Amino acid sequence: MTNLSMTVKKNIPYIAISVLILALLAAVPFFSKPYTVVLLKNILMFAALTLSWALFSGPTGYISLATAAFYGVGIYTAAYLGKVLPLPVMVLCGGLASFLLALIIGAITLRLRGIYFAIFTLSSVELIKQVLHWFEITVLGTRGRPVVKISNTTVYYVVLLIVVLLMVTTYFLKRSRYGLAMSSIGSCEDAAAHIGINVTWVKVLTFALSSFFIGLTGATTATGLIYIDSHIAFDLNYSFFPTLMAIFGGIGNVFGPVIGAAVFSYLREILITRFPYAYMIIFGAVMILTILYLPNGIIGLVQTIKDKVLGGKDATASSRKVN
Amino acid sequence: MQLLQVEKLTKHFGGLTAVSGVDLEVERGEILGLIGPNGAGKTTLFNLISGTFAPNAGKIIFNGESIGGLKPNYICRKGLVRTFQTVKIFPEMTVFQNVLMGSLFGSEGKSWPEATGQAREILDFTGLSHLSDVPAGSLTLVNQKRVEVARALATRPQMLLLDELMAGLNPAEVAEAMELVTRIRERGITIIMIEHVMKAIMNICKRIIVLHHGKKIIEGTPEEISTNKTVIEIYLGEEEQAHAGS
Ligand SMILES: Nc1ncnc2c1ncn2[C@@H]1O[C@H](COP(=O)(O)OP(=O)(O)OP(=O)(O)O)[C@@H](O)[C@H]1O
Ligand SMILES: [Mg+2]
Repeated sequence: MTNLSMTVKKNIPYIAISVLILALLAAVPFFSKPYTVVLLKNILMFAALTLSWALFSGPTGYISLATAAFYGVGIYTAAYLGKVLPLPVMVLCGGLASFLLALIIGAITLRLRGIYFAIFTLSSVELIKQVLHWFEITVLGTRGRPVVKISNTTVYYVVLLIVVLLMVTTYFLKRSRYGLAMSSIGSCEDAAAHIGINVTWVKVLTFALSSFFIGLTGATTATGLIYIDSHIAFDLNYSFFPTLMAIFGGIGNVFGPVIGAAVFSYLREILITRFPYAYMIIFGAVMILTILYLPNGIIGLVQTIKDKVLGGKDATASSRKVN
Repeated sequence: MQLLQVEKLTKHFGGLTAVSGVDLEVERGEILGLIGPNGAGKTTLFNLISGTFAPNAGKIIFNGESIGGLKPNYICRKGLVRTFQTVKIFPEMTVFQNVLMGSLFGSEGKSWPEATGQAREILDFTGLSHLSDVPAGSLTLVNQKRVEVARALATRPQMLLLDELMAGLNPAEVAEAMELVTRIRERGITIIMIEHVMKAIMNICKRIIVLHHGKKIIEGTPEEISTNKTVIEIYLGEEEQAHAGS
């Protein structure tokens, strides 16, 4: 794999910066206040959800709004298995449960395109939520469950690990043969299918892989919730936020979703405390402005500035007609 | 033996029968022409053979194997590939990447170096080498069509279905496209081409099939077709009208 080592070489500055940031993040619990750890944990959680979302929806162009379903499955796994299994095994179970659910949802919904896929994935969250609610009330005769509490610092490290895993997976997947197949689906699915790519299989498998990471994240962060029920676990905000964060940050490269999640969740934290009633309005306005003026997100803006400063050839190449 | 045999192939869209009991056979190494007025069902026939849609009835035998109703990716890997009437390329990818996609995925178990080497060879063959690094979406129509053909060739097909390759090209470009089609046949690839450009089809094909309202009306040599009364009425007549009108 010579071209792999070449891409790694070319990206040494990025890798160096990433390792530095990672070291800083790993050191945070040793010298900062508990509040900072909780804040960063939340940011990392959203980064994990956004990266997972972008892993599938970025290259394929299928807008999934099922994130909350897989996140909720992770949370329920923690609620049911948290007492009986050690943390790493329980978290893996959450990932696998989401993976399996995604295979099913994917096989049913991925034949739909565009807005129909988005709406069906959104409905799947509501369906699972209501079925679970009904099942708990009528069959189990309970509502909700307590979740075993695990220290914030431990959760922080596990979520950090998930984010790193996601970034590495995204990076290498994008440069692999499989990644090319994924982006060809986003580019022109009919053409992809007719040159030998099993588009159904690629879509379902990528959807499941993305959901695996969402499940891991749900199972990990659920341990901070104390009590959960179907309405807490399958909150539709967990479908919308990662999508918005990814669009806000840009899905052009692996840093976009992370930056989007960081800025967005920090903003949310501040707005909730300062303007508890108006925060969703401000949020909506920021989103509309982003979509109107930064169609490629923050990362897209950075790229444009970089091209302008360097007098980049890339910026003009795509607008030129070539014979 | 015949490379492709189609028997009683039928496809309905709601109440409309787009392809109705069509039989056809294609010899290995030939170029078969497929003509007919707008809406005759030509593209639908390609969609059935290449797996875009499953037929409602009938058989498709390729290389002695039944392929009717298979997904397009399987049919491609069996050696039957098509191009689209409205160009379907990967616009953000470069010309080279477009062709590489064909060689990477069109047949099983190819290594990167093998696939890149093959893509380069096809770019050379189709005269696209000098455009390798240009995003395919920024090319002119004639070159985008060429990219689509190149990507199809990169899958190493035995049979290629060309849907109106010459439509929208100027006379010089049509001549170049005709030359390309002839060279593809010389590589041992069997071709079915749908074409409205009569000059091209009459010159390249030894045998032509005429579709009308989803049915096969007649089959014959270019001379037979161009002198057939029914064909003149339904097809060539219509073209003359169009020319007179424009
Ligand atoms: N996916 C579809 N759904 C519904 N009707 C369709 C579909 N595809 C084709 N048709 C109809 O089937 C008939 C045959 O269409 P087809 O595209 O095969 O014609 P064609 O011979 O390729 O025409 P042209 O020369 O204009 O390309 C037309 O009446 C068309 O409207
Ligand atoms: Mg057509």
